[in-house]
Amino acid sequence: MTLLSVRKMKTNIGQYAVLHDVSFDVPEGGVFVLLGRNGAGKTTTLRSIMGLWQPSPGSVQFKGQDIAGMATADISRLGIAFVPENMGIFGGLTVEENLVLATAKGKFDQARLRRIYELFPALEQFWSKQAWSLSGGQKQMLSVARAIIEPRALILIDEPTKGLAPSIVAAMGEAFREIAQSATILLVEQNFNFARNLGRDMAVIEDGRVVHSGTMADFSADTDLQGQLLGLSA
Amino acid sequence: MDKLSDTLGRFGGVYLLPVALGAVAFVLIGAPSSWVTLTVAGLAMGMMLFLMASGLSLVFGLMDVMNFGHSAFVSFGAFVAASVLAGLSSWLGSDSVVLASAALMLALLAAIAFGLAVGLFFETVIIRPVYQDHLRQILITMGALIVSEQIILAVWGGTPITVLRPGFLEGAWIIGDVSIEVYRLFAFALGAYVFAGLMILLNRTRIGLLIRAGVENREMVEALGFKINRLFIGVFMLGSALAALGGAMWAGYETLITPALGGEMMIVVFIVVIIGGLGSIEGTLLGAIIVGLTANYVGYLTPKLALASNMILMMAILMWRPSGLKPAVK
Ligand SMILES: Nc1ncnc2c1ncn2[C@@H]1O[C@H](COP(=O)(O)OP(=O)(O)OP(=O)(O)O)[C@@H](O)[C@H]1O
Ligand SMILES: [Mg+2]
Repeated sequence: MTLLSVRKMKTNIGQYAVLHDVSFDVPEGGVFVLLGRNGAGKTTTLRSIMGLWQPSPGSVQFKGQDIAGMATADISRLGIAFVPENMGIFGGLTVEENLVLATAKGKFDQARLRRIYELFPALEQFWSKQAWSLSGGQKQMLSVARAIIEPRALILIDEPTKGLAPSIVAAMGEAFREIAQSATILLVEQNFNFARNLGRDMAVIEDGRVVHSGTMADFSADTDLQGQLLGLSA
Repeated sequence: MDKLSDTLGRFGGVYLLPVALGAVAFVLIGAPSSWVTLTVAGLAMGMMLFLMASGLSLVFGLMDVMNFGHSAFVSFGAFVAASVLAGLSSWLGSDSVVLASAALMLALLAAIAFGLAVGLFFETVIIRPVYQDHLRQILITMGALIVSEQIILAVWGGTPITVLRPGFLEGAWIIGDVSIEVYRLFAFALGAYVFAGLMILLNRTRIGLLIRAGVENREMVEALGFKINRLFIGVFMLGSALAALGGAMWAGYETLITPALGGEMMIVVFIVVIIGGLGSIEGTLLGAIIVGLTANYVGYLTPKLALASNMILMMAILMWRPSGLKPAVK
């Protein structure tokens, strides 16, 4: 079943036309990977889905409902979480406060919280610390934890491994695999090796257009296509 | 240098500044009794400036909105309170402390209510259309300040208005050769009370958590499912009500007010929030106390420099800390 369907999405930022024709279908469950070179329009795509930029009318369907043009807060309440490229951590708030804000009622589901501690032990350790004092990797963990502290159908994650140490990247991969058991992840990633191990389906954006979509298995096998679309040398 | 700022940090960091200011003034003034009087006056003035400025700082922090019309709320608060007090002059004049207190309470509440109403109007009619556009914000809010001054001129006239105050706030306490005006103690206590209330609101409630988060990153607050615009209206109205309360207190302090009050206070209020750092209540309090103390000390030592001193102070602090003493984390 299709959870999120993006159809011929166009997005302008100010007077610049950034997305021209973005179309892809994210099936329910698992990890869908969005690839593309720097400046291709991946972040703009996620922000448009989230309503942080204004996508063209009728171009985004979530669970069959048209959400293009809705307010970001309403989109969030439908069950879509966002882990932005810059992580969007509230540095002056403690780890606990960052997480509390992500709950609808201000209360934690203890079972979910314990699971988050297991995935990211650092968060338990620095529970009462202000978030600005965390390392880059710990901030990324907090940002992901915020997205899963309550059940969400779809989690948009923008380049979570950028600048992280290999050990943290591995832990992140484990976490995503587990999260994808009960939710759907739409993952933007430049680290192809990280993405290929996680993704089931994928699409490539180039210059504001989706230029390829298919399964990760097929794309992984086609080194020519990778070289052509991502500039990766095999 | 790092070691020095570490050590200073352990003893209170930028919060030491008012203390240092007081110590320097103590040496320069020489007469302890005058110093105490000036310090109390400075603290009282600081607390009133805090009331006037805190909303401006939060509003900027939350929405990047620079409201040059903010001091119109101060002005309205002052005149509304003065009118209520004048209307209740018989209560003020009676021997009953209860009646006099009731008159004062009603005057302050009227100022607050007026501040809430004008704040709602300002936010929805004047600020809303120019959220993203700083140049138009400056022009339109400056325009609103001028229009507000004209409205006050039309309603209350151009001649200075004498502000009545209850008998129990008149006069001074004399301790040895130190004299402390009662009204100043009252102003200080009220400001401290409001500060404590704001700290509880910001640090102990969910709304406060949302405000602090919104000041840092409003997109992320939206992405977590909260409508920042509703929060902003609330904060804006709270800020205008506090400014009006500050204006009402200021009216009783000066005892003589003119329609030019708003324009005069605008500069001081901006100096306060810029020194303190935008978006933080602690910063605003710090800035307000520093400005209040400086104004009183310099006013005593070299009266001619009284106006310039706060400007010089602001420039010095900005050279040292470009985003103010205690800005919100961004
Ligand atoms: N706020 C903005 N104003 C103007 N142009 C923008 C803005 N944000 C992005 N763009 C432009 O839109 C295009 C796509 O940007 P986007 O951030 O979506 O790319 P990306 O695929 O996420 O790149 P990266 O891998 O570097 O994060 C770029 O050409 C960029 O310059
Ligand atoms: Mg990007």
